[in-house]
Amino acid sequence: MRVIAAMSGGVDSAVAAALAVEAGHDVTGVHLALSQQRQRQRLRSGSRGCCSVEDADDARRVAAELGIPFYVWDMADRFAEDVVDDFVAEYAAGRTPNPCLRCNEKIKFAAVLDRAQALGFDAVVTGHHARLAGGELRRSVDTAKDQSYVLGVLTAGQLAGAVFPLGSMTKERVREIAAERGYAVATKPDSHDICFIPDGDTRGFLDRRLGAAPGPVVDAATGAVVGEHTGTHGFTIGQRKGLGIAVGDQRPRYVLGIEPVSRTVTVGTADLAGVDEVRTGAPTWTGPAPSLPFGAVVQLRAHGAGVPCTVTGDDDGGLVLVLHEVQRGVAPGQSAVLYEPDAERGDKVLGQAAVARAARRTPVA
Amino acid sequence: MTYLDHAATTPMLPEAVAAMTEQLARVGNASSLHASGREARRTAEQSRERLAAALGARPSEVLFTGGGTESDNLAVKGMFWARRDADPRRTRVVVSPAEHHAVLDSVEWLVEHDGAEVTWLDVDPTGAVRPGALAEALGDGTDVAVASVMWANNEIGAVSDLAALAAVAHEVGVPLHTDAVQAVGQVPVDVAASGVDALTMTGHKLGGPMGAGVLVLRRDAECTPLLHGGGQERDVRSGTLDVAAIVGLAVATTASVASRVERAARVAALRDRLVAGVVERVPDVQLNGPPLDAVVAGGPGRLPGNAHLSFPGAEGDALLMLLDANGVECSTGSACSAGVARPSHVLLAAGADPDRARSSLRFSLGHTSTAADVDAVLDVIGPVVERARRAGLGRRSA
Repeated sequence: MRVIAAMSGGVDSAVAAALAVEAGHDVTGVHLALSQQRQRQRLRSGSRGCCSVEDADDARRVAAELGIPFYVWDMADRFAEDVVDDFVAEYAAGRTPNPCLRCNEKIKFAAVLDRAQALGFDAVVTGHHARLAGGELRRSVDTAKDQSYVLGVLTAGQLAGAVFPLGSMTKERVREIAAERGYAVATKPDSHDICFIPDGDTRGFLDRRLGAAPGPVVDAATGAVVGEHTGTHGFTIGQRKGLGIAVGDQRPRYVLGIEPVSRTVTVGTADLAGVDEVRTGAPTWTGPAPSLPFGAVVQLRAHGAGVPCTVTGDDDGGLVLVLHEVQRGVAPGQSAVLYEPDAERGDKVLGQAAVARAARRTPVA
Repeated sequence: MTYLDHAATTPMLPEAVAAMTEQLARVGNASSLHASGREARRTAEQSRERLAAALGARPSEVLFTGGGTESDNLAVKGMFWARRDADPRRTRVVVSPAEHHAVLDSVEWLVEHDGAEVTWLDVDPTGAVRPGALAEALGDGTDVAVASVMWANNEIGAVSDLAALAAVAHEVGVPLHTDAVQAVGQVPVDVAASGVDALTMTGHKLGGPMGAGVLVLRRDAECTPLLHGGGQERDVRSGTLDVAAIVGLAVATTASVASRVERAARVAALRDRLVAGVVERVPDVQLNGPPLDAVVAGGPGRLPGNAHLSFPGAEGDALLMLLDANGVECSTGSACSAGVARPSHVLLAAGADPDRARSSLRFSLGHTSTAADVDAVLDVIGPVVERARRAGLGRRSA
């Protein structure tokens, strides 16, 4: 196959590209310039919006060792619109977005894949930790590093143009392969932060984008105002720390609700924070849509544990997930990724839908 | 491999390689007082004389630098500083927006850090600067420290009439610098005849080594140094002379200037066939810059090896990638430090819309170019453009 290897400058995508070359594919390395941060202002010649030069250089270095062509594609405008603006808008609406998932959906396996295919390539190779074979997307053998959650939004068409060479190995093995080949990125630290918020201060980033919008923090049980906040975008459902509230008792409070119009954040004790019914928007499926109802395991946030559930539909084309165990911190905007458990070959991703709201259907014990 | 990126760098001339490698084996600092030092000095000064002769300058006007970027920085900043120090009213820099970044970024630095003001010259639609535009921008010149207009544009090949521009500048007492990196060896360049006060040239665009350049600085031109140290070059530039590189630079410049007329005619003919062939295969292609047969001041109005073309509906970086995959090497103009291809600031300065700038490619032919190189482009350009158009301009609506 003729493939584009999306090379971020990290160890995973470097090894993925190397494995694609070794598998005999005709590989071209591409680094995506996603940041619109202006390196410096031009007087007349237009700004040179630039990505992280160091990451691009790391990727270029590996591509050179592999002997493959390497280019930088400027996807900054698309990324700003589809990922960053969406991220801000979701928080503004009281939801908790997952920008990595959005990037896979709209950038890597849409804008990049479309461009690659138009230019005569068959697929995009990435360093995601997930297994993909026969059109079936499954968890990585390294469950701690598994990234199937942020790929769960991909459709069958998108998966047909994706190659994930790392799904059958551990992260440790990936680093070993990089070290064996002498890549300097072998010891490059994992990235944990949101790539467009390099200082990790999501709250500060949202403050700058959305401005201060103060409002009350209300206790769900009493209706009493127990604190003030400077913007609902600083909160996520299930959040326990950094609430800035004063309550009489010592029991921890969790964010139960975020109401951006009235700027009200509702908090409550653990017993009120649990939910077992999740309603979603319209789902996407990695293959043919399963017939409803069906049983599955749902993962409700990145790095969350799987929860057995029964999936039915609602009248608006959304899903209703009846959870078999009560969960805390099910935040609207997060993706509910549905898996078919398979201990041997890896849990298979069926599809996903964005959480619209969650509720308690069984009585509080 | 079809190398059509001579404006980026061109292969070294064999005689320059030979002269330079011979020199590399020798010892001697041109500033040392013993025999080895004297021999190195002699070699450097011979090279300075040869360069001066090739450029129409006096040997004492030839300052060796580390290349075009250093020469541009030294001229723009150094002349600004010296002239403003002599008269604090002189805070203005007059410059074309189509300049190389070595000039643009120097000006920008002066504006951001040293209280300079900039006046941007109008660039005509071909990318050249007309004397009238300079006269208008200079005004009575009392507040102008320095003006800078490139001799020939590196992207779209436009040649300006430096003699006319220098005359305009001198009428109001303003010194004129010119970046002639692309011009030397391609079009007639004579420093004395042109009257320019400072001229940048470099070795690797005409068959010499990288990292070796010249600032021709008239003896009466005031220029504050950028680099301080031994003061080797007229106290305007410090640093041990790289005698081997200087020899390579001088040999290449002499050879390139001497062979200019014959080579320019040959290369221009190849370039014309390339453009005609592309037009035949991609009828809506647009030529950027001056007409192929343009004349400026009795000489070529366009660099003989330059073909700068826009392919509507295709993105320059997609075209470059597809041509690269077919063994044809060309350029999109400029790229940022991370490697992102940017729309040409030169085309934008010349009034092109951003889509035209984004869809452009530069083929630059040089002394090693052959008819087979042209054929290699013509063999693949049709399907390449078609495929790049399928990928579109990367717009949501496309």
